Amino acid sequence: MSTNKAPQNAPDTYKPDPRFKIAHKEALIGVGLAIFNFIWWFGFAYGLGSRPPEEYTYILGLPDWFFYSCVIGFILMSALVIVITKFVLKEVPLDAEYIEKEEPQKP
Amino acid sequence: MTLNIQVIIPLLIFLIAIFAIGFIASKQMSSGGGFLQEYFLGGRELGGFVLAMTMVATYGSASSFLGGPGTAYTVGFGWILLAMTQVVTGYFVLLILGKKFAILGRKYNAVTMIDFLKARYNSPAVAILSAIAIIIFLFSAMTAQWVGGGRLIESLTGLEYTTALFIFAISVLVYVTIGGFRAVALTDAVQGAIMVVGTLILLIGVIIAGGGVPAIMQDLLNENPRLVTPFGADGTLTAGYVSSFWILVGVGVVGLPQMAVRAMSYKSSRAMHRALVIGTIVTGFIMLNMHLIGVFARPIMPGIDVGDKVIPLIALEVLPAWLAGIVLAAPMAAIMSTVDSLLLLVSSAIVKDVYLNFIKPEATEKRVKQISFGVTGILGIIVFLLALQPPDLLIFLNLFAFGGLEAAFIWPVVLGLYWKYGNKHGALLSMITGIASYIAIHFYNEAYGNLLGVHTVTIPVVLSLAAYIIGSLAIQRKAFRF
Repeated sequence: MSTNKAPQNAPDTYKPDPRFKIAHKEALIGVGLAIFNFIWWFGFAYGLGSRPPEEYTYILGLPDWFFYSCVIGFILMSALVIVITKFVLKEVPLDAEYIEKEEPQKP
Repeated sequence: MTLNIQVIIPLLIFLIAIFAIGFIASKQMSSGGGFLQEYFLGGRELGGFVLAMTMVATYGSASSFLGGPGTAYTVGFGWILLAMTQVVTGYFVLLILGKKFAILGRKYNAVTMIDFLKARYNSPAVAILSAIAIIIFLFSAMTAQWVGGGRLIESLTGLEYTTALFIFAISVLVYVTIGGFRAVALTDAVQGAIMVVGTLILLIGVIIAGGGVPAIMQDLLNENPRLVTPFGADGTLTAGYVSSFWILVGVGVVGLPQMAVRAMSYKSSRAMHRALVIGTIVTGFIMLNMHLIGVFARPIMPGIDVGDKVIPLIALEVLPAWLAGIVLAAPMAAIMSTVDSLLLLVSSAIVKDVYLNFIKPEATEKRVKQISFGVTGILGIIVFLLALQPPDLLIFLNLFAFGGLEAAFIWPVVLGLYWKYGNKHGALLSMITGIASYIAIHFYNEAYGNLLGVHTVTIPVVLSLAAYIIGSLAIQRKAFRF
């Protein structure tokens, strides 16, 4: 809660917050997950679902296209999100002011 | 329907419990950190579970619990496929807005999404336009949900609509007004939990009543084989149309102010990580269950004409009355948890974004407090009065609330976060293009059928992206320093 405005007019000392690099990478992961999710969902739904209904097989009583697209798709996405949050996402402090630990602040 | 005591008692217990939680939360409001942060953002202290639940519950509204399953009843598995596009919201909103939004929110001392836009674009015009869009559209959306809440109580209990609406209004209004965001988030968490348990019980009940999944499937096949295809009961549900819901109820949700504000309310990275996991699982679980219930209900209770009545009727059919009362607290919870968030958001737009920004920036803390309580309370009363007999204009505006706000805000928020050349010209042009083209295409689609065979929201989102880029680059090309 230091400033109300975006930092401005600091031509020489400006250095992007190092936490944003992590944030940008994580946002790209989000886009990647969504694209994968879409392809899985679409592929099974319309790949298998476009056959005539007489040719459907049933898994746990549900039509195969639906089972793979929506049930397995959902379980798979949950598993991916768990793995990614556990092993890929980084914990960073969210405070407005951030001091890097690796390199001491220059005077 | 006559008064049904066995259904009323569980619902009444639910309302009292929510009331009590809201009241307790209001007692917890600390004085440190400033009243506005506390009242409209819960002091940025949400933990992972509450964050996930408040996102799911705010997002899951009457349409997920009544309208959606009702359509699935008519259309079949194709509509469950469509509903499952919503799983993406569980991780996408938090990952995209992510830590950067939370950090910048703290840097700019932002309490609302508009605060963020105002600081990022350094433009009062952006703030005013956003505030107007939010107030008009979300106010209409909120009223529509109140009508839904009143109708639901009416149909479950047999009370008069006015009485039902009054009960609904009082229970929401009191805890939101006195408890602010913290009360909303905590009650959302309880309401979310009720939704999870309620949908599971009802799904099990429906499967048992239908004689198992294979038997239900056979009944559906006998009636109309198209019910188990992705193309809908009459074969008209196209892949393009269903896929366009990835924008409307999937990735586009990033642009909704009631979701964005939650993405800066959490206390730590750890809370966000937990919320990603919980949010994805809970969203998928609820959507899958509710819409399966809708389809499975068809062979058990054929011939229901009004979609919104499928869930209440099937619950009363397959479950003992007292259990149906508990299960039917779930759609009630869904409506309440959406309404409470919208009420607080519209109030914050008026108090923080209009009053404090433009009318009286030097107002004292005490004054701000009075105004906040006052505006929230008065808004609630106006919504109640309008919901008694909703004007046509309101119903009309509600049509644009969801998609229109997405088309308006998605790029100013997302590209504002990640594209340094984005500026106020791009943001303004994008918002105007988004809303105007949404309304235009809405009318075109009403008259001539869906343009390009996709949902109304699709083209405006593309157009507003183009407008954002052109506006930003054509006028004053300058990199922004976050």
